[in-house]
Amino acid sequence: MEFFANVDWSEIARASRDTLLMLSGAMVLTVVFGVPLGVLLYLSGRGRLAANPVVNGLLSLIVNILRSVPFIILLIVMLPVTVLLVGTSLGVAGAIPPLVVGAAPFYARLVETALREVDKGVVEATQAMGGSTFQIVTRALLPEAMPGIIAGATVTAIALVSYTAMAGVVGAGGLGDLAIRFGYQRFQTDVMVVTVVLLLILVQILQMIGDRLVARVSHR
Amino acid sequence: MIRLDGVTRRYRSAAGERVALDAVDLTVGKGQVFGVVGRSGAGKSTLIRTINRLERPDAGKVFVGDQEITALKPAALRAARRRIGMIFQHFNLLNAKTIEENVAFPLRLEGRPAAEVERRTAELLDQLGLAEHARKHPAQLSGGQKQRVGIARALACGPDVLLCDEATSALDPETTDDILSLLDGLNRDLGLTIVLITHQMEVVRRVCDRVAVLKDGRVVEEGATADVFLHPKSPVTRAMLAEGEGGETFDASAVPTGGRVARLTFRGPATYEPELSRVARSTGVDYSILSGRISRIRGEPYGQMVVAFTGGDADAAVTQLTARGVVVEAP
Repeated sequence: MEFFANVDWSEIARASRDTLLMLSGAMVLTVVFGVPLGVLLYLSGRGRLAANPVVNGLLSLIVNILRSVPFIILLIVMLPVTVLLVGTSLGVAGAIPPLVVGAAPFYARLVETALREVDKGVVEATQAMGGSTFQIVTRALLPEAMPGIIAGATVTAIALVSYTAMAGVVGAGGLGDLAIRFGYQRFQTDVMVVTVVLLLILVQILQMIGDRLVARVSHR
Repeated sequence: MIRLDGVTRRYRSAAGERVALDAVDLTVGKGQVFGVVGRSGAGKSTLIRTINRLERPDAGKVFVGDQEITALKPAALRAARRRIGMIFQHFNLLNAKTIEENVAFPLRLEGRPAAEVERRTAELLDQLGLAEHARKHPAQLSGGQKQRVGIARALACGPDVLLCDEATSALDPETTDDILSLLDGLNRDLGLTIVLITHQMEVVRRVCDRVAVLKDGRVVEEGATADVFLHPKSPVTRAMLAEGEGGETFDASAVPTGGRVARLTFRGPATYEPELSRVARSTGVDYSILSGRISRIRGEPYGQMVVAFTGGDADAAVTQLTARGVVVEAP
């Protein structure tokens, strides 16, 4: 146990809990904002049900701007907005707004791509049955695109894990924060190893859950 | 039942404007099976889609029943579409749903009560021989079975009209036959008006009462199937018919010298009568059969052959044949 001399297990437990809280909170909100945004991107696209070049161009621009800003910069730029939204820029609560703003546009693109993969014939058939645009989206497109939407959520959740580590830099806490403050800045390699292993396990679990869900909803 | 009045549809693209439908007029009577044939790019697909306004014409009107489809507001259009079933070449089933859910789908979209949805779905699955597949997903079914699901789904809301968009083009000949018998039965039993588009002449021959031939967005020929098939007027129709029969035409080099060549068409019960030999006996002509076919169009028997008359009184033979209801034409 000599190697783990520096490891404060209660600290690790708290950091793990913070990471999980940040991840789950940010993921829920990313889906809440990302799915409708993805649907709008899809619907307003050329030749789609509600084709609208202006709306599509605008949404696309916003998404691209948010996606092109490096997350570490976004964290800093978002500070005043975060304070406005949740009252603090620190801790789990302070980390969630920048995480969502960073991840939702990314996820929206993945949702849009998944929707585009749905055969146009399915949309046409639902139209021919007298379905409204809302019904086409909720009853046909989203269920048909579900494997892609879930696979996209898996990719996004894993990206969020590394974002939470970066959020540690601006005082969000979590495993990434621990790795940087103790593992890197104080040369406590054992802390570094433990946190990295825990993050790896987390990513593995997320991927496994995602893959299982995709398999369950795929009927191709 | 269905009327197209000067329906025009243009597509604009970077390459310029292309006219898919050029002032098409068509009338489909109630209870008819109406075929639209043409080569790919002739505008068939666009035409059938204007009937339920999946394609909106740039000009012209479309009527289904007493409703002007082209003038309907969105909500009324959706209601009208429920009275118009549609089946597709690639079935367009929802892969994420079971067969049962696919058939129930249009009923659920309409918001019918759950008990009714369940009853109607079970009835349709039973009627189309799909009951054992109810819990499967489309990916587990063969092409023919998928099209049956498509038909069940199209019938769910009790439509007056069924649109078939190349419904058999992705199926093998045996399955095609099966689906066509099914459509034929629906037409007879339910009095369903059917519009089908196809590039397969054989499909039209089997099930259509009337047929329109489309070329470059225009109707070049239209009429009762037997009339169009036995006496085609436009070059496209002739060419498509010839291809359907493996390019079978008579061999001009086989015509005996001094012979008079004629195309004889027998229709109905006369097809099976020995008219030709009777006439030959009474006029003293000899005949050689250069090509021929005896078959059925939409269940009506017909015979068509190209013969060369030699010797005897050929003119009298032609007169007598005509008098017996045989159509005599130049080949």
